[in-house]
Amino acid sequence: MSYKYANNAIKTSKYNLLTFLPLNLFEQFQRLANAYFLCLLILQPLSSFLLKKISSLAWFTTVVPLLLVLSMTAAKDASDDINRHRSDRQVNNRKVEVLLNGELKSEKWMNVQVGDIIKLESNQFVTADLLLLSSSEPLNLVYIETAELDGETNLKVKQALTVTGDMGDSIEQLSAFDGEVRCEPPNNRLDKFTGNLTFQSHTYALDNEKILLRGCTLRNTEWCFGLVIFGGQDTKLMQNCGKTMFKRTSIDHLMNVLVLCIFGFLVFMCTVLAIGKGIWEYQDGSVFTVFLPRQNGANAAFSAFLTFWSYVIILNTVVPISLYVSVEIIRLGNSYYIDWDRKMYHTNSDTPAQARTTTLNEELGQIKYIFSDKTGTLTQNIMTFNKCSINGRSYGDVLDFTGQRMEITEKTEHVDFSWNRLADPKFRFHDLSLLEAVKQGSAEVQAFFRLLALCHTVMPEEKKEGELVYQAQSPDEGALVTAARNFGFVFKARTPESIEVIEMGTSITYELLAVLDFNNVRKRMSVIVRSPEGKLTLYCKGADTIIYERLHPSCSKLMEVTTEHLNEYAGDGLRTLVLAYKDLDEEYFEEWRLRHHAASTSLEDREEKLDAIYEEIEKELQLLGASAVEDKLQDGVPQTIEQLAKADIKIWVLTGDKQETAENIGYSCNMLREEMKEVFTVAANTAEEVKEELLNARRKMCPGSSDDPPFLKSGILAKKSLVVEDEKVDGEYGLVINGHSLAFALQEDLRLELLRTACMCQAVICCRVTPLQKAQVVELVKQHKKAVTLAIGDGANDVSMIKVAHIGVGISGQEGMQAVLSSDYSFAQFRYLQRLLLVHGRWSYLRMCKFLCYFFYKNFTFTFVHFWYGFFCGFSAQTVYDEWFITLYNLVYTALPVLGLSLFDQDVNDRWSFQYPQLYGPGQLNMYFSARAFVGCLMHSCYSSLVLFFIPYAAIHDTVRDDGKDIADYQSFALLAQTCLLVAVNMQLGLDTFYWTAVNQFFLWGSMSVYFAVSFTMYSNGMYLIFPSSFPFIGVARNSLNQPNVWLTVFLTSILCVLPVLAYRFLRLQLKPNINDKVQTHTHTHTHCNKNCSRFITKQETGTRRSGYAFSHARGYGDLVTSGGFLRRPIKTRPALFMRSSAAGSPVAESSPQMYRTIPENQQL
Amino acid sequence: MMASSYNAKEEDGHHSGSVGPGGAGAVKSRKPDNTAFKQQRLPAWQPILTAGTVLPAFFVIGLIFIPIGIGLFVTSNNIKEFEIDYTGMDPDSPCNMCINSTTPCRCSIPFTLEQPFENNVFMYYGLSNFYQNHRRYVKSRDDSQLNGDKSSLLYPSKECEPYRTRNGLPVAPCGAIANSLFNDTLELIYYYPNKSSMSIPLVKTGIAWWTDTHVKFRNPGGNNNLTAAFKGTTKPENWQNPVYELDPTNPENNGFVNEDFIVWMRTAALPTFRKLYRIIQKKKDNLTPTLPPGNYTLEITYNYPVISFDGHKRMILSTISWMGGKNPFLGIAYITVGSVCFFLGVVLLIIHHKFGNRNNNADIPN
Repeated sequence: MSYKYANNAIKTSKYNLLTFLPLNLFEQFQRLANAYFLCLLILQPLSSFLLKKISSLAWFTTVVPLLLVLSMTAAKDASDDINRHRSDRQVNNRKVEVLLNGELKSEKWMNVQVGDIIKLESNQFVTADLLLLSSSEPLNLVYIETAELDGETNLKVKQALTVTGDMGDSIEQLSAFDGEVRCEPPNNRLDKFTGNLTFQSHTYALDNEKILLRGCTLRNTEWCFGLVIFGGQDTKLMQNCGKTMFKRTSIDHLMNVLVLCIFGFLVFMCTVLAIGKGIWEYQDGSVFTVFLPRQNGANAAFSAFLTFWSYVIILNTVVPISLYVSVEIIRLGNSYYIDWDRKMYHTNSDTPAQARTTTLNEELGQIKYIFSDKTGTLTQNIMTFNKCSINGRSYGDVLDFTGQRMEITEKTEHVDFSWNRLADPKFRFHDLSLLEAVKQGSAEVQAFFRLLALCHTVMPEEKKEGELVYQAQSPDEGALVTAARNFGFVFKARTPESIEVIEMGTSITYELLAVLDFNNVRKRMSVIVRSPEGKLTLYCKGADTIIYERLHPSCSKLMEVTTEHLNEYAGDGLRTLVLAYKDLDEEYFEEWRLRHHAASTSLEDREEKLDAIYEEIEKELQLLGASAVEDKLQDGVPQTIEQLAKADIKIWVLTGDKQETAENIGYSCNMLREEMKEVFTVAANTAEEVKEELLNARRKMCPGSSDDPPFLKSGILAKKSLVVEDEKVDGEYGLVINGHSLAFALQEDLRLELLRTACMCQAVICCRVTPLQKAQVVELVKQHKKAVTLAIGDGANDVSMIKVAHIGVGISGQEGMQAVLSSDYSFAQFRYLQRLLLVHGRWSYLRMCKFLCYFFYKNFTFTFVHFWYGFFCGFSAQTVYDEWFITLYNLVYTALPVLGLSLFDQDVNDRWSFQYPQLYGPGQLNMYFSARAFVGCLMHSCYSSLVLFFIPYAAIHDTVRDDGKDIADYQSFALLAQTCLLVAVNMQLGLDTFYWTAVNQFFLWGSMSVYFAVSFTMYSNGMYLIFPSSFPFIGVARNSLNQPNVWLTVFLTSILCVLPVLAYRFLRLQLKPNINDKVQTHTHTHTHCNKNCSRFITKQETGTRRSGYAFSHARGYGDLVTSGGFLRRPIKTRPALFMRSSAAGSPVAESSPQMYRTIPENQQL
Repeated sequence: MMASSYNAKEEDGHHSGSVGPGGAGAVKSRKPDNTAFKQQRLPAWQPILTAGTVLPAFFVIGLIFIPIGIGLFVTSNNIKEFEIDYTGMDPDSPCNMCINSTTPCRCSIPFTLEQPFENNVFMYYGLSNFYQNHRRYVKSRDDSQLNGDKSSLLYPSKECEPYRTRNGLPVAPCGAIANSLFNDTLELIYYYPNKSSMSIPLVKTGIAWWTDTHVKFRNPGGNNNLTAAFKGTTKPENWQNPVYELDPTNPENNGFVNEDFIVWMRTAALPTFRKLYRIIQKKKDNLTPTLPPGNYTLEITYNYPVISFDGHKRMILSTISWMGGKNPFLGIAYITVGSVCFFLGVVLLIIHHKFGNRNNNADIPN
């Protein structure tokens, strides 16, 4: 075969020893500024050799900083890559047992080849994509956990072909195995596999059920054998991992554009000056040759040409390389703040937040879309039995003395279950009255728990005596059965015909007569049991609406009360189930049983017939009550989401979960709210239907919206990608879309429709999505919206979207580390996201913008003075300042104060940032630093440079010292101009600083003092006598800084530079204050605000009455449970699963999307 | 806010929680240090712009600037200055005849001082349209040579080209600046009311910076025997005398330390400039003014060619004050800025009254 199989080694690193330097340099020079400096670097020495001294600056002023920047970046890239190498090596060197030459040998993962047969043991990671051959379990089943792939932690079942399974663990047979597998090429679809196996001249079809994917973990299975089909990069896991992209912030991009603009501007200035030079040479220079002869052979045109290049070098300080050094330092500093933040440290898992990428900080202040995983990120994936309503009484709330509901915290007293030997110690319940009711023998309460203990499809597992572990298809069921267990109704064991329950200490065995299993249409499940006394009972649990229809009329009063409780629970975001029972009489049941048998064996329309039979018996039920299960959210999730929503950040949940679960979580974590006008659900099976539903939703939200997407008019520089404008919508909407529909909606022709509709909604929930779809959704928004995206997740299934999004956040502290490893930031809890964005992100963005504005200002001002001086020195490229000042200006005199500004500045402190999430808005709109702000900066610099040149010019013109001696000389003028400049830019810095710490003060005054100290030193006798040609400015400082008019000039220029800014800002504050100004003014007047004032408590609205329910079930094990007669393994160390041998479409894995809606139409509120 | 309470919860939890029950043997917690710096809680002063600070600032600046401006303006106006352009471009000018002369040419210009000049009076020559600040011109010197370095004396820096060597000999002092040394001679003659005349004594020394005369400029091998010290060098092309014969009257004022030379070597910042030429010291008796009003004649030895580049030559007499020479700019600027400030203050005050309150009390949108 021509196909080259990948071996099982993976490589996520970018470089190796040889390729590091060229590749890294190539990447770095793609950064426009680096390339620009390289050009300058070449130009400078070149010019001084070829063109004879057109430069008045030394070559090292550019080369040293450039090398510094390049090596700093390279060092960081190298260390990142070393980490990747290390983790690759760790993975590649894991050991696995491989069948080689008739014996099992331990081999490294990377040496595993396609076609090898490997043996896996329990709790091992699956090495590569395998065809399951045989396993230790009956029916060749294996249990796997796919958390790394799709985030679901419940176990899944895979089953080998009987023909291969028969080989068992016989090494001889396995080594002799010579089947041939033909299959599809490597792809990224996790839920699909097609191929066939030819073995012993028979051909068997292979589907996803027989494939173990790399990244899964083997559970509860002693051993299994598998044939490697795809290895390394070909595995579905790796195919699902997006490419590692080099992330850049939008400010980086803007800076690239700006550098281009600045370069254009530089060329423009130089051209003006060169033309000026040409004219000057023609008019004045030609006659001034008496005292200053021309250079050899230079005519007016040629000297203009030379002047052009001289000015390119002199004016290159508009973009000094120190800009880039400083930007990197600022980002690094702000990253450290994230690492250091105690408020993002999680005590329980001892995990501090970590900024793994140090170049994206300011982007954190501009997030517009958050894409979040659900399981493990928003929820803890723990279900707890939280409340119940039994016979019209609600249990579960803790009331204080006045009868008010109290908030349940860690410290609230919980029910003591120590009397129950079999109780689950992790179970917590806070309402003592329920236990009392049980103990007092209240019939309804006991019936309630008996129902919970009987009506389910959970598998028990007793590892040690008295240590029960339940294996449930859905965690909800597990929670309910556990609750029954703790309240004294312990589900102990099951056989196909019986269920053993320990009721209040006494063991009772019920005969299991029928299981009327759950499915999407029925939305309920029932069991029919016979008690030891011979009483026949039907126990039923299901969705409220469904059960209510089937209740006995005598229950109507109880129904009303229960409904009230149900609404209350639903309002709290709990998943509710209604429980009912019915006593059956023997004759009727026998008759029914016969018909049931007939239906279940009928060949035509078996399903329908069965449903009808079920329907018949599930009638005139007696209502028992309702249970409420809480899908435990991570701490602080609703509050965080509310805060982020206030900051106008849109949150999309992308989850592999079922629609109901996802939707329910959407409500319980405040994403979907009752106030929303409508929550649209898109669940269609064809592209047309999807389009129709999307269109309808959009029309409803925005009736006037056009059919063509409103593309943003983009400038010439913008790339070809089409940017869709935001559309205005009244009111809040939500959108829920399932995996099937999403697959259609992500197709080329529907993408934009999806985007437009989804972006109109406040909250979007996508369920049943694959890792790659997650990435596609993120990519879609990233491509077509001018917005910054953030993806947050905890598992390997989130890796692709974490990589694609502008910023990826990994939840650390859990088991899997893949998400963290590919993330840019990581922390332990979702709630830290609000601090990361609203505090760190906002500050970083603010600081970076302030830094850029100020930095451009100070350098433009610095440079423009040269431009103006050009008109008075015959365009000869004479610098205004001392050469030393030019070298030290960016490196020493102004470096630290601006760093102080951009490392310490805060407009308002973190508490106010939380209180006014609206402060986040300007960042999303890119308001602080944009092309417009840049132009403003340019104009401001222009003004300042005019002041800074012409005021000293006029002040010094024809004037003399107070002893009649010279002061209008070039050197004194240079000193005066540079002092004015430095004082003025420092005053401007002072105006820009909001937050004056001691460090800021020290940097500012320190830099000024250093300037004067350095000036006096360099202009001293000693320095001159040692290096006469390097320090020609001897005595200038002493002779001019003692002149009153010099100081008066400095004072005048700095006041003139600052005054207009002050007036402008004051006017803005008075006439059009922005949100920052308002909050600042507000905080200023409330500085002594006590704690209560800044922590007004937003209590979660518990009063919203939303009749909702969710049954997070897939179809249960019901078939298996009743279709006994097979396989009676004694209940011992492993969950016994009773399977039909003909389990071709194993119901366990039939987790097809469920299409019913849980939001009732009666939205009367 | 809930968020804060969460944080608070953790802060509380720290004391008991993070230090494990293991005590001394417990693994070191990765909890970040609680320092003001790391938690970004450094104490800070947070000034913001309010009407209470900005408006008074404007008024105060106005109130400070206007008096300073008036003071400066008055001082500047009290300085007496007299200026004569002796280029001779005007055909009627006595110096017109010297314009095209190639040999030294003398001309005299009579003038009248209306007012007495008191205290020390400073005599400047002024040049205009002279690009002493041209980059190539500024560079064209060798500071080592001027500092008396012997090797640089014989091997001047390349910067001096094309005035580095002449006839195979190194030029001392080399370079374009030195070569273009101003070489007109100016003298003042006072005519008493009784028509008798007196040449006014002009002091040649003390016109350059102390640092220049004592540190920056030094003769090779000290001030003795300059002729020998400059042996092996040649004078710049445009000079009449070698560097060691610049001032025949004062042997101390020769060579590189000649003050006229030093003043010239301190290149001007702008193409129009003046340089100190001589000092007329005040009378010892302090009763009669240094320069009484009356008739004077300026005697010029016209050597320096400026006509070719459209330059002008001036002679300026000036007294000085604490703020230097006559320059009304600073005074006017201060008065203007002060008034503008005051005016702006009033305008802003009105705006603040009209609009400020409305916006300040406006709620922050939620």
